[in-house]
Amino acid sequence: MSRPEPVSAAVRSLAGLLALGLGTLVGWVVLTLPESTGLREAVAAQMDRSGVTHPVTAVLLNFRGYDTLLEVAVLLLALIGTWSLRLAPAERSPDRPGLVLRELVRLLVPLLVVIAGYLLWLGAHAPGGAFQAGALLAAAGVLLMLAEVRPLGRLSPAVLRLLAALGVAVFLAVALLVMVQGRLLEYPVAWAGGLILAIESAATVSIGLALAYLFLGDEPRVGSGRGRAG
Amino acid sequence: MSGLADLVVLPWVVAVPLAGAVLAFVLRRHASTVGQAVALASAVTGLALAFQVATAGAQRHAVGGWGAPLGIDLYADGLSALMVAMTSIVGLGVSVYGASYFVGTQGAAEHQRAYFWPLWLLLWTALNALFVTADVFNAYVTLELLGLSAVALVALAATPAALTGAMRYLLVGLLGSLLYLLGVGLLYAAAATLDVQQLAAAPLPAGAGAVAIGVITAGLVLKTALFPFHFWLPPAHASAPAPVSAVLSALVVKASFYLLMRFWFYVAPELALAAISQLLGLLGAVAVVWGGLRALTAERLKLVVAYSTVAQIGYLFLVFPLALGQADGFTGWGGAVLLVLAHATAKAAMFLSVGAILKAAAHDGVSGIDGTAQALPVTLFAFALAGVSLIGLPPTGGFVAKWLLLNAALATGQWWWALVLIAGSLLAAAYTFRVLAHAFTRLPGDPPPCRCARGLEWSALSLAVAALVLGFVASEVLELLRVGAPVTGPVLLERVR
Amino acid sequence: MSAVVAYGLAGAGLVAVGLYALVVHEHLLRKILAINVVGNGVFLVIVAAAQRGPGVPDPVPHAMVLTGIVVAVSATALALALAVRVRDATGQPRLAVPADGTAEPSAGRPDGAAR
Repeated sequence: MSRPEPVSAAVRSLAGLLALGLGTLVGWVVLTLPESTGLREAVAAQMDRSGVTHPVTAVLLNFRGYDTLLEVAVLLLALIGTWSLRLAPAERSPDRPGLVLRELVRLLVPLLVVIAGYLLWLGAHAPGGAFQAGALLAAAGVLLMLAEVRPLGRLSPAVLRLLAALGVAVFLAVALLVMVQGRLLEYPVAWAGGLILAIESAATVSIGLALAYLFLGDEPRVGSGRGRAG
Repeated sequence: MSGLADLVVLPWVVAVPLAGAVLAFVLRRHASTVGQAVALASAVTGLALAFQVATAGAQRHAVGGWGAPLGIDLYADGLSALMVAMTSIVGLGVSVYGASYFVGTQGAAEHQRAYFWPLWLLLWTALNALFVTADVFNAYVTLELLGLSAVALVALAATPAALTGAMRYLLVGLLGSLLYLLGVGLLYAAAATLDVQQLAAAPLPAGAGAVAIGVITAGLVLKTALFPFHFWLPPAHASAPAPVSAVLSALVVKASFYLLMRFWFYVAPELALAAISQLLGLLGAVAVVWGGLRALTAERLKLVVAYSTVAQIGYLFLVFPLALGQADGFTGWGGAVLLVLAHATAKAAMFLSVGAILKAAAHDGVSGIDGTAQALPVTLFAFALAGVSLIGLPPTGGFVAKWLLLNAALATGQWWWALVLIAGSLLAAAYTFRVLAHAFTRLPGDPPPCRCARGLEWSALSLAVAALVLGFVASEVLELLRVGAPVTGPVLLERVR
Repeated sequence: MSAVVAYGLAGAGLVAVGLYALVVHEHLLRKILAINVVGNGVFLVIVAAAQRGPGVPDPVPHAMVLTGIVVAVSATALALALAVRVRDATGQPRLAVPADGTAEPSAGRPDGAAR
């Protein structure tokens, strides 16, 4: 592999022209967009059959839930892909984590977990839901990792994989099970709220775990001292 | 067969590989077994969908029961059904090959085996989901699922070349997807729907529509590696593990091309000025010649095959001048789709056979396969048969496809594309025979021992035979393609001018 | 200037800036950041268009952007991990040329499969 040359002036100019052109065209479209209410009315008309009261949650988990299913699969894929790269574990510093960090972790992590649970429940009628709650759990996990505590360190890699895949698994299972009475992801109206909460709970666990372990990067190994061969 | 129309198949073509991917990931030690079983199930489901569309017409499934534009619809017409069938056949062949290719119980080899299956099944999920969705934003999510899994699979080879190729592929792919998303966002802002059929029916404001389709085209052209945006393809396809190279060249690049066809032929055919069609055709023509020449002079065997992909992708873009906005455009349309199918099977067979050859070769240069014909006759025959389809010799599928394109070019008076087709075939013949000439040189002494499993050779040969069989069933395939086709006309045109 | 126009033009500007940066910078981290800037620009344009008209904004573009953000985060995570591996394997966090891989044949690992 040879050293790359710096980008030539010709390429710079071309890129600049293209970028400018694209920005101008998009800007022009933005300025000349017709007035439109989009799908506001269509969503509002079906809200009472969606099982939740917040329109964005209804779109995400019910009307366009198929998108969300694939999106959770994309996050799982990122985790699988990152683990497949075999990154080296981060070097541990010889010093113990400082007092401030330890105390902060002791205060913040339980708070983060509680607020995550609250956001998960809140998603049905206000901005919130699985992704926001999962992100908070991941933040708690990252804090613990910075304080050199593996949040789920006692669990075997197999259980970790199961928890990571739980979101997709539960979502897909619900999507397929309701086909007994209808189409893919067609929740029975009376059960819609409960099914959505179940899916979101499983997704929260998976999202939190995936994001936290994406921060860490290296694949979980079996035990300590008994690393995988090779 | 009246019950067939009531059978719900569409959601299963997505659900089966997805469930399999999750299982293969969680049950790491059994990943290979689970992977192969799910591959079989996915292939059967995909072929069942194709059969259903052939007998009962286009299928639509409103996910969630809401229906577009509020919900997402799954839709399979003839084109989608053929794409899913292509994925099923090539996917099955690659899975059988992968079972013999990724064998490892310790260390790096075990790691590759454990991660290949979940990544590959997620890629299969993405392909099927892309081919059956009727929602343009859902297509974006599937496009990302596809791109990320492809990148991870390339990086699985773990060599510096593979990692660099994967990184470049990822950056280019992400740019392409984001440009696509930008276009989709503008389309929604203009038309308030994300469904393909509703977008086709809705009157798009001329300026916003043109910018949106233009940006979408730019993104998808990047992802399909049309000249001059092909620079990322040869390093990525040539440095990936052999079954991954097969999937990338055969299936992944076709996904973005399929979306291009959907947008231009279904959503906004009225925006297709003759200049745009001719420009796309011209870039395709340059790709055919440029890719062919690079394949002829490439030093590494897998690079020859990768540049061949660049060339063959160029042919596909002839569908725009030959079918878009043309009365009786079905000839060009059918030729292009048949070429997609023929190239998929032949190129997959070629990469798989090259992978088997390289396991026995001294090094990965073209001259490194001297003498391997004695040791690997089945594999070389698969390579040769695949090459015959790529060149376009009868009675293969490649021949029928090129014949239709030739016919469309001459009948619509655009004779210059005929020259491109002929030049491309000559170049393909040249680089195929170059490889075969090296393989058939007789080395003094005993042939090198081959440590490859039978599964490698026979899966490669099966796919090459599929390319041959495609030529014989071409008329049935074209009948299926007529379901929901955007253009009409006879299969073969009379000379008009 | 209405919110739609302001945010929409800002989004268009971000897309332009990110595209230029992606091409011009060589360091992988900068390229990844450039992709993120383009992504954020696209999301901004989509959300700005949702603001049109009276009352609450259109929820469908908001759901699109939420999905897009998760996809972008996933892609960025994979890109960063891959960038680290590229740096470890090639010694520098850049994409090495030649881009078309005309390097000489290498002995040893021709087939990309681990032994």
